Amino acid sequence: MPELLSVKNLKIEATSYPPGEPPKVVTLVEGVSFDLAKGKVLGLIGESGAGKSTIGLSALAYGRGGVRITGGEVLLNGKDILKLDRGGINSVRGCHVCYVAQSAAAAFNPAHKLGDQVIEASLRHGIMSREEAKKRALYLFRVLGLPNPETFGGRYPHQVSGGQLQRAMTAMALCPNPELIVFDEPTTALDVTTQIDVLAAIKHAIEETHTAALYITHDLAVVAQISDDIMVLRHGKTVEYGTTKQVIEAPKEDYTRALVSVRQAKRNEAPDQSGTLLKIEHVHAAYGNGFKVLHDVSMHLSKGQTLAIVGESGSGKSTLARVITGLLPPTEGRITFDGKELPKALKGRTNDELRRIQMIYQMADTAMNPRQTVRDIIGRPLSFYFSMHGAKKTERVKELLDQIEMGTRFLDRYPAELSGGQKQRVAIARALAAKPELILCDEPTSALDPLVAEGILNLLMKLQEETAVSYVFITHDIAIVRAIADSVAVMHRGRLVRFGPKSKVLSPPFDDYTDLLLKSVPEMEIGWLERVLKTRRMESAGN
Amino acid sequence: MESGPITGPVPTDGVAGETLPRSADLSGVPAKPNPAAASGAIGGAFWRRFVFRRPLVALILQRLGLSVGLLFAVSLMIFGGIEALPGDFATTYLGQSATPQAVENIRKDLGLDRPWSERYLTWLGGAVKGDFGTSWASKNSVSEQIGKRLGNSLFLAFFAALISVPLAVGLGMLAVQFRNRLPDKIINVISLAAISLPEFFIGYLLILFFAVQLGVATFPATVYDSMTLTERLSAIALPVATLVLVVLAHMMRMTRAAILNVMSSAYVETAELKGLGTFRIIARHAAPNAVAPVINVIALNLAYLVVGVVVVEVVFVYPGMGQYMVDAVTVRDMPVVQACGLIFAAFYIFLNMAADILAILANPRLRHPR
Amino acid sequence: MNLRSIPISAWIGIIGIALCLLCAIFAPFIAPFGERDVVGEIWMPAGGDFLLGTDNLGRDLLSRMIYGARTTIFVALVATVISFALGMILSFAAAVTGGFVDQLLSRFNDLMMAVPTLIFALVVLAVLPQHLWILILVMAVLDSTRVFRIGRAVALDIAVMEFVEAARLRGEGSLWIIFREILPNTLSPLLAEFGLRFAFSILFLSTLSFLGLGIQPPAADWGGMVKDNKDGIIFGISAALVPGAAIATLAICVNLVVDWLMKRTSSLKGGRGDA
Repeated sequence: MPELLSVKNLKIEATSYPPGEPPKVVTLVEGVSFDLAKGKVLGLIGESGAGKSTIGLSALAYGRGGVRITGGEVLLNGKDILKLDRGGINSVRGCHVCYVAQSAAAAFNPAHKLGDQVIEASLRHGIMSREEAKKRALYLFRVLGLPNPETFGGRYPHQVSGGQLQRAMTAMALCPNPELIVFDEPTTALDVTTQIDVLAAIKHAIEETHTAALYITHDLAVVAQISDDIMVLRHGKTVEYGTTKQVIEAPKEDYTRALVSVRQAKRNEAPDQSGTLLKIEHVHAAYGNGFKVLHDVSMHLSKGQTLAIVGESGSGKSTLARVITGLLPPTEGRITFDGKELPKALKGRTNDELRRIQMIYQMADTAMNPRQTVRDIIGRPLSFYFSMHGAKKTERVKELLDQIEMGTRFLDRYPAELSGGQKQRVAIARALAAKPELILCDEPTSALDPLVAEGILNLLMKLQEETAVSYVFITHDIAIVRAIADSVAVMHRGRLVRFGPKSKVLSPPFDDYTDLLLKSVPEMEIGWLERVLKTRRMESAGN
Repeated sequence: MESGPITGPVPTDGVAGETLPRSADLSGVPAKPNPAAASGAIGGAFWRRFVFRRPLVALILQRLGLSVGLLFAVSLMIFGGIEALPGDFATTYLGQSATPQAVENIRKDLGLDRPWSERYLTWLGGAVKGDFGTSWASKNSVSEQIGKRLGNSLFLAFFAALISVPLAVGLGMLAVQFRNRLPDKIINVISLAAISLPEFFIGYLLILFFAVQLGVATFPATVYDSMTLTERLSAIALPVATLVLVVLAHMMRMTRAAILNVMSSAYVETAELKGLGTFRIIARHAAPNAVAPVINVIALNLAYLVVGVVVVEVVFVYPGMGQYMVDAVTVRDMPVVQACGLIFAAFYIFLNMAADILAILANPRLRHPR
Repeated sequence: MNLRSIPISAWIGIIGIALCLLCAIFAPFIAPFGERDVVGEIWMPAGGDFLLGTDNLGRDLLSRMIYGARTTIFVALVATVISFALGMILSFAAAVTGGFVDQLLSRFNDLMMAVPTLIFALVVLAVLPQHLWILILVMAVLDSTRVFRIGRAVALDIAVMEFVEAARLRGEGSLWIIFREILPNTLSPLLAEFGLRFAFSILFLSTLSFLGLGIQPPAADWGGMVKDNKDGIIFGISAALVPGAAIATLAICVNLVVDWLMKRTSSLKGGRGDA
């Protein structure tokens, strides 16, 4: 049987325009080949810059921005679509091959109703009549588990939630009954508990309609749930290509092995013996416009330990960090640090109180002044808190760079010249420079690729051993909690759901929300999705 | 002034128009009408409920109210602000060598001996009814003079808009179509140059070429009551051409930016990946979203046109509001200056308000609230 | 940044501005005749002793152009510098302080901007005595409303960035935050804005002078020279177009440089986030 899609020796290039230099041609993808049979799913996986989206779009003969497909063949049912003229390509797109974007919120036209957009391609390509298309859209809305499928098509994109939009986008791709759908990170922008619903809906829908799919993601555990084959990509080249079972259970390459084992780390909690460092008692908080974000939150953290705060977006976990720093003074309750009550507002705190609590942000890019060098960034807390100057300061900055496993050659670099992981390390060094007793980590690894993230986590653990610093670690990822936490607080819609030592919080009996959260984190195990869907007690929060 | 939120920024002169974060402000504010601030403006739970149920109507009402408040504040500034500035009218009027007695007389004559708040209220009361008092210089009724000249100015501006708007939008679309290719680059360079040309330079260049050397146009562009429409049109040909050239470049550059912004959006990519034809993509997916910013651009440039009229009228000796005002400024004829200033400001505020309201109307998030 | 990365268009702009500046600074040494000296017949054609001919009173046009560069550039530059200083200080103060001060300044700024600049200037100049410093101040204050708006927007954009929050968490004072954290990141867009305001000031000053409300005779300035010589146009004498062309050229040159600065800013921004 001939393959549905056969990509041979693909080469993709782009022209980049670095400021102040002549334009350069960059090779994004080189020598990538794969085959996809009818009704099968191929997972394309890799970190950012691996070229996976670019490869996915080549199945529609499309290059985003200045991207050009310069070599190889993309055979759809044996015909090379790269050789088609504009009209020929248009008869492939939206008819034989459809696309689901990462951000459905941006990909839907805000001016038209969802229903009209879903059936547009079917009508335009003359695949079905308006009546038939509407019937099919209704069927797909049902299959994808959208609420009120009869009236859903009459709504505008801004009137439905992100998870629903992503499902509507899947319906839009499925509507013309295509042979192949390209899913470009369809669940990445969603919350964990929503992600699993959308993932299940997509899987159900493509099985139901016997559509083949290219599923692009950076999360190996997600792709293990849905694909038949997996291709691992790095820097635009194939690392490993095989069946899902082989790649997950018996990876051949070191890189794949590292990806598979990345979230397996576990740490046993330390006994709660030393004194309490941070105590949060009955804290309430509200935004300036009166919107309440935190309701009666209490927790505490021992010296030298790690408290993980887990929750989805809107749970109030980041707000809690802002309350601890004093950026958002609580309306009620008190925060005690090392036995002394902290002044509520930032302005009321002494420099020493500020020094003892430092913060690391999710986006290291925006957390560092782009006009300052690494030397200035790390050196400022030294001169500010300890009045260190000149050679002494430079010495200390070098020591700190050593501590974060970066060499002194980075001393005079600007943040823009560092990779994502290096930036986050510099941010850690800046926090460390103040000799803090507590570091608040606000999702410091969630914007990083898995292997880089693991390096950061290991560094944080190492630093804790060396300096006995305590962490409040804010995350949405249970795997990270398992890896680093001593105690855990689960938050949901501004309230504390569960708090205690890790072993207790993460073992049954569970409350419904913790159960949902725990079961929503994809595990590196084939068949996990089906198992979880059967056993969980609560539908996801956002939908 | 009211304490309600400023729904949209009042635009600057055209030069900085492109660099302003205008659209960001617009999309930011209407998406979530701030009930707290709105209730400050009018007050009461009723208004809050109204804002919630009918955000579109509420926002438009707010914007209308804001404009009225703004106009009122401007009238206060034009009248009262001038009082606060140093310089005595009577002395300037008579010259430095005037006797104190003469100054006293003229002050009484012009009504300057009354307190300014009283004079302001009289002036404002008259202005609302369309009576702007009498000119100090000619002792004629200001309203009568303005009535005639306002018509002339609007006549000029109307034809300038009629020609420049379709031309600018067309050229802007052309530039998008040929983005980064030769036609676009040529249009870009020419428009950059055109932005830098002073109105009077363009005007005299046209006069020298068309009126003096070729003799195909008339100068000065005098119009009188007994002229037929064709005669009038031929008289204003050169001033209209000047005005068109003045606003064209701006309007075109801003149109290009607005359309490019829409064309590079993710939903246009979606349409492309649906295999739709170019025409369908533009007509169905780009146009509905581009209309709002383009209309906004047009309204802003029409506001700019109001100002351009002043210089162009002086260049062409055209009997409009602008020339009237400049003449009055040179002889310090305050009632005329104040009246013209208020009317120009009113047009400017009105056009800006129109731009904002159109942008609000075109926002699907507001038209179809959750 | 190296010199080679500057495009030709920007070079043209830089050279044009440099030429004008040279004329302005060394006017008495370059100009063949005095600024106010009547040296010939009225409106003599170009050529001979007078490279550009003479003006409506028989003064050498070239000499007046050179002296005019001095007045025009000086007044426009001083007005721009004052307007920038005023606008920046107020806008940064508003952005960093926030709350009531911000509201007050912003609302007042909106009010000022509700009246077109030229109309506002006409109304104000009708009352104030005619004096060079008053003219400069009026131009500066009116223009500072635009600077205020841009400055506030840029400062607010950056003030919400996490590195500014990090500085506040460290306990840094407002001055450090403004001068060390915010200002260095706003230099590029603000430099472009400065150029834009300067170009606008040149045009605005010329327009006022042309209307007879700017620089007063017999001092030479380009806008006023257009006004002086405009009556010659009907007779086909192009003396009025020479200063007009000079204004246009200078403004074009400034805009060319600004255009390059803005592209540079935007490409720096775009260069960071592409993955």
